[in-house]
Amino acid sequence: MRNIFLITFKETKTYFLSPMAYIVGGLFLGLTWFFFNTSIVPGDLNPITEANVRGYLDPTTLLFIIFSPLITMRLFSEEEKLGTLELLFTSPVKDIEIVIGKYLASAIILISIVLCTLFYVILIYLFSSPDLGPLLSAYFGITLYGLATLSVGLFASSLSGNQIVSAVVGTVLLLLLSFIDSLGAMLEGLPSTIFNQMALNYHFEDFTKGVIDMGNIVYYLSIAILFLFFTTLNLQIRRWK
Amino acid sequence: MIELKNITKYYGNFPAVTDISFKINRGEIVGLLGPNGAGKSTTMKMITGFMPPSSGELTIDGYDIVHESIEARKKIGYLPETVPLYTDMTVYSYIEYMGKLRGLNNKNIKSKADHVIEVCKLGDYKNSLISKLSKGFRQRVGIAQAIIHEPEVLILDEPTIGIDPNQVVETRQLIRNLSGEHTLVLSSHILPEVSSICERVLIINEGEIAASDTIENLSSLVAGKSKMEVDIIGSPESIKTKLEKIEGVRSIDLWVKKSSNEYTTFSIESDISVDIRAEVSKTIVENKWGLLRLESMGMSLEDIFLKITTSE
Repeated sequence: MRNIFLITFKETKTYFLSPMAYIVGGLFLGLTWFFFNTSIVPGDLNPITEANVRGYLDPTTLLFIIFSPLITMRLFSEEEKLGTLELLFTSPVKDIEIVIGKYLASAIILISIVLCTLFYVILIYLFSSPDLGPLLSAYFGITLYGLATLSVGLFASSLSGNQIVSAVVGTVLLLLLSFIDSLGAMLEGLPSTIFNQMALNYHFEDFTKGVIDMGNIVYYLSIAILFLFFTTLNLQIRRWK
Repeated sequence: MIELKNITKYYGNFPAVTDISFKINRGEIVGLLGPNGAGKSTTMKMITGFMPPSSGELTIDGYDIVHESIEARKKIGYLPETVPLYTDMTVYSYIEYMGKLRGLNNKNIKSKADHVIEVCKLGDYKNSLISKLSKGFRQRVGIAQAIIHEPEVLILDEPTIGIDPNQVVETRQLIRNLSGEHTLVLSSHILPEVSSICERVLIINEGEIAASDTIENLSSLVAGKSKMEVDIIGSPESIKTKLEKIEGVRSIDLWVKKSSNEYTTFSIESDISVDIRAEVSKTIVENKWGLLRLESMGMSLEDIFLKITTSE
């Protein structure tokens, strides 16, 4: 536990001291601000609007496909490049502790960024009175969604010593996971259901409606745990090479 | 303290290290020597638990490096060949972090960190970013992280590579000072470094142990002869004939130095079993030649190294 906390603390500090987190956070907020405006303020694109968070959180899920790998890309790639992976690997720290420690640091960054978007919620409350239920569930959902994508990004980072390669691989993996349901649409019966169920966005919809379904929570947590497991496995495989 | 039994390591199909076995006792200072690509770093990476051996058994103080890896790793301080540094951290925070990762608790981390900063003479750079440091200082930071937790075993892979000569001298001095407290394994292809620090040398060539002994024993083993140089003023030819009569002398080379006082340098090779220095000086005095220098050369590690690694 102590080792996990040590690594998380160090990585979080590095995030806050490096420009990358601010660039990612700034871009993320800029884009969500745009989504917020088009979904809330009546305009040419969207003449009838609703006072809820669904309008901007729905497209925000797509942002994670690009932004999560950007957050996680340095976690292993940079260690590999600096040679510090050798230090971690020869310290009395388990591989799984390294993985979880780093993952939690990226989660802290992602949650911080998501918390910044609560500013929009304040704006909504200032001008109308939305339902609290769907709002909370949607935010719960988007956090789970983000946590799942971070895990995929972390796995991608463990594959390469090059941050750009890691980010691209992460994004490709997430795109596959997001649009696998279009494969489901082409099929019928059980295979179709399986592919639909595997898609990242398929499980998000309920959250925006105010429905907290155990299945959806389990899905996102499974993705997160599965890819953390893959990451650990990959580190162990790399030792043996 | 460190024991390797029939260790083999394959990279894919390529055997980097084949069937090596050796034992390093507590407190020993051992130099791992070998040409580039001989398997030195691979051997060290296995000892530190960075990579497991393909076959064989490796234990640190009785702990198996694969199955009891965490226990074994606690005993080790390691400086890899490319000094692994988080360049965006300050010297102090880096050392502190590494110390904590190696299990030091919050209570004693500060005194330990201050201690290694002092030992490695990093006091003035405590709060500097590592990215701003020169190569020699980075090397010292690397050594500091390797010793912060006072490991029983210290593994240094090419600790003086790529730094300027002044800093090489300082780094060697630093390592020599450390050697009393740890079992030290040092790899190098710079031979004087090994001969000045280490008690025992393991020569690795093409993934196998080519020799393992003290430097003195190695030189006699390989050569069976010792070497001395003498500078003498006098007639070169007559000196040579007289010196050749001394018992034990095998061969004499000479070359005349053209300088203010014309003297000749004689390079004398003799059997290792007899010390001919007394006889040589007696001969010189008896013949009233001028003696400028008499120096025993031994067999340099370079000679030994070349002999061992090229003879096969």
